[in-house]
This record gives sequence, C-alpha cells and structure tokens, in this order.
Amino acid sequence: MDEIAQLRQTYFQECDEVLSEFEAHLMALDEGRGNAETLRAAFRAIHSIKGGASAFGYRRLVNFAHALETLLDKLRNGSATLTADTISLLLRAADIVADLVRAAQSGGELIEKHEGAVLDALVLRADAGALAVAPDAAPTVASVNLTPAPAGKYHYRIAFNPRSDLFQRGIEPQLMIAELRQTGSLAVTADAGAVPTIEAFDPKRNYLSWAFELETATPSETVAETLSFVADDDELAILNLDRAVGNGVPQNPATEATKATEDSNGDTAAGSARPSADIAPRPLAGSGDDALGIAPVVSSIRVDLHKLDTLVNLVGELVISQAMLNEQLSLVPTDKFPGLIRGVQELSQHARNLQESVMSMRAQPVKLVFARLPRLVREVAAETGKRIRLLMIGEDTEIDKTVIEHLHDPLTHMIRNAIDHGIETPEERATMGKPPEGLIRVSASHIGGKIVIQLADDGRGINRQKVLARAIEKGIVTRDQQLNDEQIDNLIFAPGLSTATTVSNISGRGVGMDIVRRNIQRLGGRITIRSTPGIESIFYLSLPLTLAVLDGMVVRVGGETYVVPLSNMVETLRPQPGQVRTLVGGGDVLSLRGEYVPMVYLHRKFAVSQANTDISKALVMLVETDASMRIGLVVDEIVGQQQVVIKSLESNYDAIHGIGGATILGNGRVALIVDVSMLLTGGISPDSPLVSNAA
Amino acid sequence: MAQAQTSFDPMRIVDNGGDAQDKALSRQVVCFRVGAESYGVDIRLVREIRAWSPTTNLPNTPDYVRGVINIRGSIVPILDVRARFGQGQTEANKAHVVIVVAIGARLVGLLVDAVSDIVAVNESEVKAVPDVSGAAAHECLEGIVTINEQMVALVAAERIALPVALN
Repeated sequence: MDEIAQLRQTYFQECDEVLSEFEAHLMALDEGRGNAETLRAAFRAIHSIKGGASAFGYRRLVNFAHALETLLDKLRNGSATLTADTISLLLRAADIVADLVRAAQSGGELIEKHEGAVLDALVLRADAGALAVAPDAAPTVASVNLTPAPAGKYHYRIAFNPRSDLFQRGIEPQLMIAELRQTGSLAVTADAGAVPTIEAFDPKRNYLSWAFELETATPSETVAETLSFVADDDELAILNLDRAVGNGVPQNPATEATKATEDSNGDTAAGSARPSADIAPRPLAGSGDDALGIAPVVSSIRVDLHKLDTLVNLVGELVISQAMLNEQLSLVPTDKFPGLIRGVQELSQHARNLQESVMSMRAQPVKLVFARLPRLVREVAAETGKRIRLLMIGEDTEIDKTVIEHLHDPLTHMIRNAIDHGIETPEERATMGKPPEGLIRVSASHIGGKIVIQLADDGRGINRQKVLARAIEKGIVTRDQQLNDEQIDNLIFAPGLSTATTVSNISGRGVGMDIVRRNIQRLGGRITIRSTPGIESIFYLSLPLTLAVLDGMVVRVGGETYVVPLSNMVETLRPQPGQVRTLVGGGDVLSLRGEYVPMVYLHRKFAVSQANTDISKALVMLVETDASMRIGLVVDEIVGQQQVVIKSLESNYDAIHGIGGATILGNGRVALIVDVSMLLTGGISPDSPLVSNAA
Repeated sequence: MAQAQTSFDPMRIVDNGGDAQDKALSRQVVCFRVGAESYGVDIRLVREIRAWSPTTNLPNTPDYVRGVINIRGSIVPILDVRARFGQGQTEANKAHVVIVVAIGARLVGLLVDAVSDIVAVNESEVKAVPDVSGAAAHECLEGIVTINEQMVALVAAERIALPVALN
C-alpha cells in the first residue's frame, strides 16, 4: 500500500472514532451532562473530519462539514442557542457526515440531494442562531455556560519558526497568514536574518520565520487550530498578551511551547501538517471535569488488524507446539533430566503469558458499542412515544474486537424490542404505579472467564400465555409439552415467533430474536431471558473473552477424536439399562429425572466406523444447545479436558454441518470441534422424532 | 519416487523456467502417477510435496475427500485423485504422496501414488482431450501431452477440487 492510501485508511478509521465521539458529546449535551468543553470537543471532532477531507479533496464532505462546523461554532461562542431541536439536527447531520465519509471511502457517489435538506437546515439554524429564542418548553442546555470568555478582543503574539523543510511539507505560509488575517487585525513581521547569500541559497529550503501580532475575538484554541494544519507544535508558540499583562482572561492555551508545563489543563490542540496525526483522538476533558467519563489519553500506536491476527495465529501455533512438547516430555523419566523438565515448564508458563497478552491486544472496551445506544434509545423512544431512561454500567469491560463488532446488531435489536414490547406507555405505567419513565439498564462484566452482558427493562415482562399460545399455533411446541416458565420465556428466541399484535417499524416481524440468538451463537456465546411479569425482563448474554481459544472436552468415537465445547456441557453419565428408550419411528430418548432427552449418536451422525454400538458401554454427554435444548450426545470415551486453539475449516474447505471448526491436538493431528447446536437441526438424518417439535 | 521427492526444489525449477527462451510457450509440469496412468499438474500451482500422513475424516463428505491434515497450522483437506477419477479409494500408506496445490486462496492436498518427474512442456505439444464421454477423469483434464513416448494427462487442479474451489 502506498503512503497516501495508508494515510487515507487511517483517516477513515479515525473518522469512525471521531464520529462516535461526536455523537457521544451530543448525547451528553442532550441529557444535560455536557458543558462548554463538550461543545468544543464536538466542534473539534467535526473540524478534524473537515481537515482531513480537505487534505484528500473530498469536496462534498468538506462543504457539509463546514456548514456543520459553522453552526457548532455559533453554538460554542454563544451566538446560537442549543435546543433539543438543534441537537436532533446535529444528530441527523452526524449521519450525513457518516454517509459522506463512507461514500468517500468506497469511492461511490451519493445521490445529489442527499445532504440537501440537512445542509439547508444547518445553514438556516446558523444564520438564525443569534435570533433564535428558545421556547420555554424546549429543554435548553442553559445551565451550561457556553461562553467561557467574555466578549472582547484577545491579543496574541505568535512566533512561527518553521523548520527548513516547510515547503517540502507542502505548506504555503502566505495562506496561513491570509487565514489569520480573517480572524482579526494582524501585524506580520518576517525575520529574514537566516537567508544566506545567493551562492548558498537552496530554493527548496525555508530560511524565514515570522512573528504575528493578532488582535481578534477568537479564543486562542481556535487560533491554534487554524495553525495546526500547517505547523508542528514545536514550530509554533502562541503567547496570550492579555494574560501576560495579567488581566486574567480565562483561556485554554493550546500550544504555548514554552509554557506547556505550566498549564495542566492544556489541550494539545495543535497537530501537525500530516492529516493523519491531525485528526487523532485528542484529550477531551477540559479543566478537570470529565463529563463523559473519557479516560485520560494513553499513548498508543495503531496496528493493522491483520498483523495482530497473524500474531494471534502464531501464538496459537506456539501453544500447540508447547502442548506437543509436554506430551513428549511425559515419556521422559523425570529424574533423568530435571533441567529439561524445568525448562519446558518455564517455557509453557511464558507461552501462556504470551498468549494472554496477545489476546488482550485484541480486546477493546464495550464502550465502543455502548456509546451508540443512547441515541438509539432516544430515537426509538420518540417513535413510540415512550419515555426511557438508559443506564449503562461497566462500559470499560473489554472484549475481543470481533465480538464487539458483532455485538451492535443484536444489542440494537434487543433494545428496540425492549422499548417496543417491554416498556409501557407513560399512561399505562401510571396506572400500574410505575414511574412514567421506563428504565433500560445495560451492563457488562467479566464473570468466570466470560463476558456477561445484561439488558434489563422494567416493563411488562413476557406474557407467557400469549407466547405459549403463539408457539403452539406456529407448531413450535406441541400442546401436551410440559414447559416451565423459563422454557416458555426462552421460546421468544424460536424462529417465527412474535407476539406483537401489530407489526411495527421497530419490531414485531418475528425475525428478530432468533436472529439475535443466531448472531450470539455464532460468536460462541449464549443468550437467555428471565422475566417477571409486570415487573421486568432481563436478557443475559454470555460471550467468550476471545474467539481464538476454547475450553473443550476431548472425546473419542471409534478411531476419531472430537472436541465438544465445555460451555455446552451439563454432565456426563453412563446410562443404566432401561434408561434408553426407543420411540416409534426410530429415535432414542434418554429418560433422565423425569425428562426425556433426545439422543444423538455421534458415530451415526458423523458416520464413524468401528465405533462402539453397545449403548450399555457408551458414555452419554448431556449437552445444552444454544436454544436451551438438551441433548444426550453418545460417545465412546472421554479423553480429557483441554484448551484448544480454534482453527477455521472454511479457509480451505467448506462448512460442514455439525462441525464448528477444527483444532490441532498435542500429537499434531487435527480434531474437529462439534457444533452441538447444529446436531439436532437439519443434517443428514434426525435421530429423534422430537427434533421437529423441540428445536 | 523417493528421489523425486527429495530432489524436488521449486526454487531451482522456477529459476530454470526463467531461463527458457520461449517462456510464454512452455511451462513446467509436475508429473505424478495414479495406478498405471501418468498425469501432470502445472508447477505454478504446486506449493509443496509431502509424504502421506493419516488424515482426520470429515463427516458426510464425498468418498474422495480423505479428510484434513495439519500443515504448519493450516487445516488442509486432502482429495484422493484415484477416487476423484472414480477408481475407488487409494489404500494410502507412507509411500504415497500428497501434492499441495493452491486453488485461489485455498490450499488443497492431492493424494497420488507417486511423483515421477518435472518436465517442461511446450504449449504447442498439448493436445485437446479426446471426448471420451463417460470417463470420470475427463472433466478434470485440460490437455494431453506425450513425454518420452508416454502419454501424460494434464489435470486442471481447480476442476479436481471443484467442490472445494466452488466456494
């Protein structure tokens, strides 16, 4: 990849981050948590996008971002008022920016009028800004002082001492001067003292430096931003003369190169001429108030995800080799080579640590998904006329990046469902003695090597009669099946079941929850719901910390070795005579504590020869599918429990029904990982007539 | 066969190919045997030649899919060329050879009896496959050449692995 393409890629990555920050800032303002700094941060976000866009020549994006920036600027300096309406407009504008960014990224072209309406509205709002009087009803963010500095003039002395490669970096000082001149009255002094004689003069080098005296109404950080596109911060020093003479104008000094250490609240706004660096996420917290809970900046580098994945794979190999070594070592008499054994044990410790570190590199805070939820809640609440309060807990919990990426859709669906089906209208709630505002609580935490995400709403809960009636009607369960409350609740994950009486925009097509479940399963996770009618519903999502390794039970069937994910296992047992019954039609069931569990013979399912066919000698593993359905999996023998590295079968072959992947065992042989949830569905021949009813 | 295995060095062969005068018209072919028949596969597709090692069976797959093996951390399927040509499964032992070929982004191992030689084939010498309808191998061949008075059928690796390559 050439350098420009790489810069461009970085830019788009950062656009995503910056946009989600931007939305987070807007939501904070909307909820009254914001302050002037929040608004400034929002401004900076759009400003960075604009800056990069103009560097890469995305005209449409620049134009739109400019209009948005103008409005934000007016809001920031107090000449426009922030109302709930304005925030809605800004949110819509954020969507348009996202569309334009995507279009720029894909090289596609949006329809001509795509941003038209919002653009007009932005311009209109910005123009009308000063005149706009917030109606009493509209919740303004008036409590926040949006104008940190009193109106008036600031005086700055700016020293610009560019390095000699100024021109090579594509910077034209004249443009910079012109831009400064627009902000106020400017006196420029150029220092030509360093210009050599004509013999020594290199036209490619810069020998000049400048001193500017600027009188302007613009706060220093804006000035710094103007300059940040052209100059690295080591080349620039901005001195606020007002403060220097001690009139105490509050300021947020940007790049006082000489005074940087003095100002603990300094906002390092000045970037460099390179657009990639310029739009890097900046510290958002101003003067110590961390309204958004954004953690202080930790120095970091950007690494291509592919490189990281390669590293993860390599470490996976290392762990497998380690396992092989350990297996070989067990053949060596312990007393003969104590040094060797100690060495290998140490190696194995290091390998495990290395693996953990590498895995943690892929981990990211769930905040990345959670940040989008407030906006979603706001929109769905508006669509349904309900009042919702959203509470988020444990946003810093870290999960594998891939899991995070795939978490957004299921969460969106579940929240829509919770608001649409779960939470009652304010009137209904009033009659039930509940507060008019519904509560949705989303929390994430690490529990026992898993990530558990809970999504609770204090709505009406699941109407079990309705769900059951519907499930019977749809043929998902039979009338005479005895189901407990929990099983009935979990029927909502069955395909084709929706209890909403009307199909709405939001949910109710009956395709939602089964897809949610499928998505979660695909990530190796599980989802269940627990509901108390009239009080609440809680979804429990449990997800693996990583997709790369899995705790498995290694089992033998005939000459083949399989791995059954430990997360699916409930118990193992040797069936007693009479415990296994054959139903008419050929399927076997296991009678277990009054329940009948369908049995799947792995050797039949996978056509393994030389397997044990005598059921009295077989071992039954009671496993639970992701649909909370229990199966008795019949195998020959359990070899042991082991952590295995998951390998894709699909990279060189196709997906095989009932196989979730493969792994390499300590002896170097490949073992297939059984996908328990798929054993009962479809496949070659169902082993049990219960299949069609119970799946 | 054993000599062919040990003396096989793709780098050396490719270098020679670069010296050939009419590079565009000739290509290097890895010749292998299945039963009494000789076949050839374009060397540019060949990634590795290795001795047979036991595979892990894949359930519910056609008989010519012999299972998967671990090649330096990749799970690679092994296709039995004899079974693919409808001549029954190979009774594989350590003397048998697996030619690992790249088909698109995928790696597939072809189980054959032995690798015999690497020869340069002139494009003009390649004859069309006679239309012997009903021959199971027919669909997998792209041409026939005569090398040292012996007929060598050039296989189209991607067609041998068609069920794999399709996806």
